[in-house]
Amino acid sequence: MSGQLVAAEGLPWPPSVGDFYPPDLAGPWVTKFTLMIWLAVGLLIIFFMATYRNPKLVPSKGQWMAESVYGLVRDNIAREQMGKDGIRFAPYFTVLFCFIVVTNLFGIVPGLQISPNSHIAFPIVLAVITYVMYLYIGVRKHGLGSYLKQTLIIPGVPWPMHFLLIPIEFLQNFINRPVTLAVRLFANMFAGHLILLVFTVGGFVMLASDNLFIQVSSIAAFLMAILMAFFEVLVALLQAYVFVTLTANYIGSSLADEH
Amino acid sequence: MNLAAEGVEHHPLVPIWQELVVGSIAFALLCFVLMKFVLPRMETMYQARVDAIEGGLKRAEAAQAEANQLLEQYRAQLAEVRTEAAQIRDDARADAESIRTEILAKAREESDRIIAAGRESLAVERQTIVRELRAEVGGLAVDLASRIVGESLADEARRKGTVERFLTDLESAGAR
Repeated sequence: MSGQLVAAEGLPWPPSVGDFYPPDLAGPWVTKFTLMIWLAVGLLIIFFMATYRNPKLVPSKGQWMAESVYGLVRDNIAREQMGKDGIRFAPYFTVLFCFIVVTNLFGIVPGLQISPNSHIAFPIVLAVITYVMYLYIGVRKHGLGSYLKQTLIIPGVPWPMHFLLIPIEFLQNFINRPVTLAVRLFANMFAGHLILLVFTVGGFVMLASDNLFIQVSSIAAFLMAILMAFFEVLVALLQAYVFVTLTANYIGSSLADEH
Repeated sequence: MNLAAEGVEHHPLVPIWQELVVGSIAFALLCFVLMKFVLPRMETMYQARVDAIEGGLKRAEAAQAEANQLLEQYRAQLAEVRTEAAQIRDDARADAESIRTEILAKAREESDRIIAAGRESLAVERQTIVRELRAEVGGLAVDLASRIVGESLADEARRKGTVERFLTDLESAGAR
């Protein structure tokens, strides 16, 4: 640990996992992270209630914005992945998408500057919902036995191969899917925050240096931090899109009639 | 592992259970509110818009079809009216022709009648005049004869023939 640098500016350097766990504000229930979750929920409810209080056939600007989000999820995710069946899931997907986008974007909002999704608890909640949803829908549609059979057994394969394929398919469909869903979102947000910390805090650490050359070089770090902040916006949107698309895909495969 | 200055290290892959609870409740609330009050209306609005657009197109098509039909109808009516007018004109022309010939015929008849009447009255008048003249000529002849007789009765027989001849000549001249 580079103790003299931390002592110099009071900045935690280098960034570590501890930076993701700031002290509780008032017990484990009221933390920066839980408050950010409530903030995201509040913002989304206010936004949609305000823009959709009095919807018209010819939309106002706010209504149009709300509808374009819904339209994007409905047509580009739900219908794309699941066909016509997907449209009845579009409302849930829209909520999911908006929630992930907003919480992800908190990572670059001044004052918040960290995404709640960099705590794995929240991605787990969302992934578990997806998991339960596609299992439940699959079992309800096909019955437990034939759903398992359809999921695990690949048709048209020589029977000894099943000794190999069934465990792989099981792992794939019932373990990897939810785990990767949660971890992908978490890891992206975690890494993104870490990168921003490296460049921003690193820039300040360099600025506090005694060496003039290092002080001037800090400009590069700050520029990089700005660049990475824009990059984080892209990642935030992309990860939300990926999460919802995969959810739609999993539910679609549960509804499908073949493997 | 590198410990942060402020305190307890937490493994990032281990969820904090309070956050699981808060996340579930908050997300459930979000889902409940949006999926109950907002998004179904959005889908309805979406459908309504699709209907409005498709319905508008359909209505426009129907209106177009109706307009075409009306146009066709008007054209047919116009053609009908035109032929009717032509027929009426032809009829009128024929009527006028027949009326003209009729009037002409009547006028000719009338004129013929008038001419005939005039001729007849002329003839009657002439007859009357001839008769009067003949009577007068007779009287005059007698007068003349008596005068001639009174002066010279000689050659009476010859004179008798002279009078007769004179009268015959007179008569044949009157008949001409």
